[in-house]
Amino acid sequence: MLNKGRISLYIGIFVLLCVTHVFGASEQFKGKIYNEGVLKPIDSETNLKIGMIAPDFTLPSISGEKISLSQYLGKKNVVISFVPAAWTPVCSDQWPGYNITKSFFEKYDAILLGITVDNIPTLFAWTQEMGNLWFPVLSDFYPHGAVAKKYGILRSKGVSERALFVIDKKGIIRYVDVHDINKRPPFEALVRELEKLEQ
Amino acid sequence: MTIIKMFFSIIAAIFMVLPAMHVCTAENMPEKGSSFPSITLLIPEKDAERAYLGLTGKGTFTIPQIKAELVIVEIYSMYCPYCQKEAPIVNDLYQAIDRKPGLKEKIKIIGIGAGNTTFELDIFRNQYNVQFPLFADESFAVHKKVGEVRTPHFFVLKMNTDGSNKIIYSQTGSIQDSARFLDFILQESGLK
Repeated sequence: MLNKGRISLYIGIFVLLCVTHVFGASEQFKGKIYNEGVLKPIDSETNLKIGMIAPDFTLPSISGEKISLSQYLGKKNVVISFVPAAWTPVCSDQWPGYNITKSFFEKYDAILLGITVDNIPTLFAWTQEMGNLWFPVLSDFYPHGAVAKKYGILRSKGVSERALFVIDKKGIIRYVDVHDINKRPPFEALVRELEKLEQ
Repeated sequence: MTIIKMFFSIIAAIFMVLPAMHVCTAENMPEKGSSFPSITLLIPEKDAERAYLGLTGKGTFTIPQIKAELVIVEIYSMYCPYCQKEAPIVNDLYQAIDRKPGLKEKIKIIGIGAGNTTFELDIFRNQYNVQFPLFADESFAVHKKVGEVRTPHFFVLKMNTDGSNKIIYSQTGSIQDSARFLDFILQESGLK
């Protein structure tokens, strides 16, 4: 007879073996992707919750200017997309999609900020492969991962989670999605949250 | 003792799940000369797309049901920057086929969005004004069946009257020039 523990073990192994690395398959990144395999889905615990004030930060961007969250107060809703690392499969398969969704952000009067813990030269080279990104790409490299830590999403190996935060014009957090690092959040989930900002 | 027990449990579990692994493991890429794997897609909701493919009703269909002598299958993704750059060239190909008398009924194009949801398909469709049908492959099921090809990847299938088909073109990357590509596949297929 199979007990519950054993069934869970079978299911767990099946799911683990089933996770194949099909992200980052764009010919654009051929030979340039470093695949670490399947990682622990979430490796941090954020204390930030919906309704709280989003912690402010200032980070350098690949265009050379410094960007602060507070500069959008009263002006724009803000979506922050933290991705773990440049040149990895899922991350390289996320922002290029956002690059053709500008109209959605405009519709909801929102700006998108992309953040990783990589340094500026790495981010510059990586995002060059994606075409001209319309949104600012920020480096949380030094002090290492300080903003990711402030947001409670710095993983034990020094990269951030794959996470989305929606912050309204008052600076209040309206959505938190600390996503399974091995998967890409479907874009419609974010759109649904942006729609709610208008309600 | 407990560790040894756990070790054997895991080994036993792996052997237990192995027979079921075929549903989620990638197959080899079908090569030129072979037949395209059997895949099931949802019949489009839009009348124009159903008419384009020669399909009726609701539910699912397989590629041999498409009314065509050649079927061009593009495996792409909304999240693939190369596919985004390629979109206008594939649109040109669609237009070139559409313009040539006699070809419109013989050659059909479909796009399969690897890992894309229906919502994401629509974003791509609207962004590039794609006129041919796109299909969501959210779980990468089709992508696995075609050998997890890099994107974009183009397969051109010559459809036989008995329902079988033969791949006459299979290549990752740009088709470069839509007119030359069309000429090439017409020659390869014997339609020219």
